[in-house]
Amino acid sequence: MRTMTFESAIEDALGQAMAEDPRIILLGEDARGVCRNLLIRFGKERVLNTPISESAFLGAAVSAAMAGMRPVVEMLIVDFLGVCMDALLNQAAKIETFSGGRWRVPLVVRCGCGGGYGDGGQHEQSLWGWLAHIPGLAVVVPSNPADAGGLMLAALEHESPVIYLEHKLLAENWLDFLGAGGRKTVGYDIPVSGARGLVPDRWKAVPLGKATVLRGGQDLTMVSLGVSVHRCLEAADKLEKHGINASVIDLRSVAPLDKETICEAVATSERLLVVDEDYETFGLSGELAALVLEAGISLHFGRVCTRGTIPYAREQEDQVLPSTARVIKACLDLLDR
Amino acid sequence: MQPDLWELYEQMLYSRQFEETVERLWKEGLISGEMHLGLGEEAIAAGVNAHLQEGDALALDHRGTPPLLMRGVDPVLILKELLGQQDGLCSGKGGHMHLFSKEYLAASSGIVGASGPAAAGFALAARYLRPGSLSVAYFGEGAVNQGMLMEALNLASAWSLPVLFVCKDNNYSMSTQSGSVTGGDINERARAFGVTTYEVDGSDVEAVWNIAGKAVNGLRNGTRPAFIRARCVHPEGHFLGYLLLRIVRQPWKEFGRVFLPIFKSLLKRKGATLWKRLEGLNLIVGDIFKEARITASQSMDPLIVTRGKLTAKPHRLAELETRVREKIKQIEIAAIAPAES
Repeated sequence: MRTMTFESAIEDALGQAMAEDPRIILLGEDARGVCRNLLIRFGKERVLNTPISESAFLGAAVSAAMAGMRPVVEMLIVDFLGVCMDALLNQAAKIETFSGGRWRVPLVVRCGCGGGYGDGGQHEQSLWGWLAHIPGLAVVVPSNPADAGGLMLAALEHESPVIYLEHKLLAENWLDFLGAGGRKTVGYDIPVSGARGLVPDRWKAVPLGKATVLRGGQDLTMVSLGVSVHRCLEAADKLEKHGINASVIDLRSVAPLDKETICEAVATSERLLVVDEDYETFGLSGELAALVLEAGISLHFGRVCTRGTIPYAREQEDQVLPSTARVIKACLDLLDR
Repeated sequence: MQPDLWELYEQMLYSRQFEETVERLWKEGLISGEMHLGLGEEAIAAGVNAHLQEGDALALDHRGTPPLLMRGVDPVLILKELLGQQDGLCSGKGGHMHLFSKEYLAASSGIVGASGPAAAGFALAARYLRPGSLSVAYFGEGAVNQGMLMEALNLASAWSLPVLFVCKDNNYSMSTQSGSVTGGDINERARAFGVTTYEVDGSDVEAVWNIAGKAVNGLRNGTRPAFIRARCVHPEGHFLGYLLLRIVRQPWKEFGRVFLPIFKSLLKRKGATLWKRLEGLNLIVGDIFKEARITASQSMDPLIVTRGKLTAKPHRLAELETRVREKIKQIEIAAIAPAES
């Protein structure tokens, strides 16, 4: 085992895969700067700078994948997918079905996501529910270094498009790039065990669509992903002092979704709290309630999600994003019912 | 008509000193997130904005503060917004990339290229509601590779919309040299859409004023849309705390986070040949030095260039500079003062 930061784990897993598979190339805006270590290790033919033309380079990555390459697109932040949604929505996601299963698109799209550093609602969205809504796209959201590397390897091995979302509060370089800018005068609520942790000496894929139970507890089940997982763990620790035993499940993948693990836990606790940094309505939280009900499990349900457009001001942003305090309050409300 | 260089210099200095205040407050940690300033773009904003009238609209990019200040938007409200205060221009919800003033028909976006379609729509509305008015789209040369901007050029041309496209060309698409990711010539591209094009030195406010005046007159008289390419330099690079410049200015501070992983990548087992690895390293080092050289050069600083033309009247200059300094001081005091309930 080694200790690594969240970002080094991703880079290390990518490096391991690139060393073994010459078809993997990285491309994106400022990719040579962002992925400078991989540029040096693998040479400039493997890491390409693109113009600010998301529609062109994401669209091109889709067809390059169809034609035998394994492109990894560096999209900087998930919000920028708004510029080039056609390449995912109408192209990448559809080709496998349209070709009768004969042609697949082994593409990985890496995007920074999430808020908590005061950059405003056009740069801090999560959007995984919006993406997972589209049949044909896999969507993964690691919450710690070990999963980050393992899910990257799984994404690279997957034969269909994978959107790989990296929360900026976990990623030191992203947070410096978009938040601190070298300043020591600003601070963020960074979950320590998410930003740095033990990783295997050699990466193995963490299978897509497998959630993990981080904490057992029969009173209440919290299901979460990304940075919010750590807010849930913190909340569960505090609740335990009041005699409440809450379990915490880290989804890791939004699509495919691990229905079994969720249903099993909720069947025991009969109380489900979804903590989801994506928007509240028409998204992951509602989907989780639906799948548990469809399984015939009766439950009490609550959710802590992002309500409305994320405001720029830090104090206002803190009210809108899921926080440990909001999670604790929601747990207590749910247990009251 | 001749430009009033004193007035233009005052506008530019006002914007520069306002943004220097923003820079200080950002460094003090009172402003969050990224901070893209319009330092180095002042002559372009001043030369273009001088021709605007009531009813004209502004579509702005992520460096919207200078054109907003020069348009007359309340500077205290802008500063309060950047400080994230509830009584800021956008109630603390927008921040520097998302500044909006309905009163002045001015809208910003942090998405590169978005000002193109926005300006086309403002111009379309002007045709129905404010005949004789026009709209300005401010964007960088990196945005000309964005499909939506190309589509907006075509739409504005096909519908003969009164749009002035202002391309602030610093030759950097974020940290990537635009020449390395751009095919052909930008102005030729715009001409291919049937748009009238101009080239100007963006550090020369008189030249910008003259060209923009010509373009604006044409637009008010119903000719086809216009495109001005104005070259400039951003002394702080892409944004404040820009890593490339930090590496140059304080290399020892970035040793652990930047240099150590680079050295490790040179030596790591499996990968390209050493020669190829050195080639990659050379690309990065070359970029750092080039950026350092360009940003350190003051020959394109519009404030220095313009001030040099006014030194023959030192008393008037000193009086102007004192006045602006005092104004900025009052703005900061008013913005930082606790909100009255």
